[in-house]
Amino acid sequence: MKQPDAETLIRHIRDVAASVGTARIMEVCGTHTVALFRSGIRSLLPENVRLISGPGCPVCVTSQGFIDAACELASREGITVCTYGDMVRVPGRKGSLADRRARGARVMVVYSARDALQFAVKNPDRRVVFLAVGFETTAPATAVTLVEADRNNVENFFVLTAHKRVVPAMLALVAGGEVAIDGFLCPGHVSVVIGSDAYLPVVEKGNWPCVVAGFEPHQMLRGILRLLEQISRDEAKLENVYRSAVSPKGNAQALAILDRVFTPAPAVWRAIGTIPDSGLDLREPFARFDARSRLDLEIGEDYDPPGCRCGEVIQGKIDPVECGLFGTTCSPAQPVGPCMVSGEGTCSAWYKYKGV
Amino acid sequence: MCLAVPGKIIALKDIDDSGVGRAGTVDFQGNRVDVSLALVPEATEGSWVLVHAGFALNVIDERDARETWKWLEEAKIVDDIPEELKGTGEGQTQNGNAP
Repeated sequence: MKQPDAETLIRHIRDVAASVGTARIMEVCGTHTVALFRSGIRSLLPENVRLISGPGCPVCVTSQGFIDAACELASREGITVCTYGDMVRVPGRKGSLADRRARGARVMVVYSARDALQFAVKNPDRRVVFLAVGFETTAPATAVTLVEADRNNVENFFVLTAHKRVVPAMLALVAGGEVAIDGFLCPGHVSVVIGSDAYLPVVEKGNWPCVVAGFEPHQMLRGILRLLEQISRDEAKLENVYRSAVSPKGNAQALAILDRVFTPAPAVWRAIGTIPDSGLDLREPFARFDARSRLDLEIGEDYDPPGCRCGEVIQGKIDPVECGLFGTTCSPAQPVGPCMVSGEGTCSAWYKYKGV
Repeated sequence: MCLAVPGKIIALKDIDDSGVGRAGTVDFQGNRVDVSLALVPEATEGSWVLVHAGFALNVIDERDARETWKWLEEAKIVDDIPEELKGTGEGQTQNGNAP
């Protein structure tokens, strides 16, 4: 069956939107935020359809305490910190990992958790710490890497974990009641792992429509259309318009290895605070790789840099332009908060595509 | 950070028999990268997989994969995801950030 083209979808969206008041749709995932901007979809939607960016940029939701702890580790003698590239420029209380690197700290950007493990194997004289951030798209990679490290008994490899789970955050956000949301556009590639059924609690407990969509324009448009149709009928259902990649139950192998290595635990989200079950702690057999306990590392209190409103941005409470620092003292070249650092941060996307 | 990119497995390597070390060379429109296949036991040579941070997350149809590539190239998103495509295959260097 031929899929309707973008123009037809937008026409349908306009038709359905005419029958609802304001529809507030949260795109949970940072990749969606950027894709919605760059495809031009945001500017094509009718005015009463509001897109709100959610807490789905892994760098943005990582607490300042974690960033500071990573910087402290990097400054220690004999330690190499391996990280995904986005984390390097996030400012901590005393500068970023990039600043530390400029002053001689060993900070290495890796493409994959496996690269960090391979580096550790090749450099037995160094203690190698991988910053394990990200949602369920990246958490299985950490899990496989730890199973590999365990099997090969690699003793100089550690992880500082701040993995996050998407669904508990969505539930906490709506339970908080401070952000009005009429429906969720659910992430594509996180859902490849967790499966579309993972959002059933959001639909059933909260009565919020959820539609899983991919990142291509026609997929996002279909997702938005389905959400508007549900909103107009006052329904709350789970739909999946990304069946080519997302199954109801997700990737069984990935979920099994996640469960083998990690157990759900409370986690601290920037400015939101602690959300039950929203993080992943290492299970006992893998605790020997935990940088926190093995390297005596304290994760300090979370805080926002002065004037920075990233915390409100990631919860969808304000748009980036409502922050006094946006585009003035805070820009991608000189970011104050993480939402301006990450390529998937809401502030960075607004800055780049709104022509500040 | 959560964008996975499709590629085709052109060679399999069994590093050990546990499945954990199972890897393969994946072709991304000409860029060849070593990828872990630990999460996709069903993948074989010739399969198309969605890859994120060095790990294949699932097996997808060739037709869908090619459509996604069309979009990645047309929307120039491909320019923003070099880390997904550069990889660390044998003989290649890391991302240029020496420790």
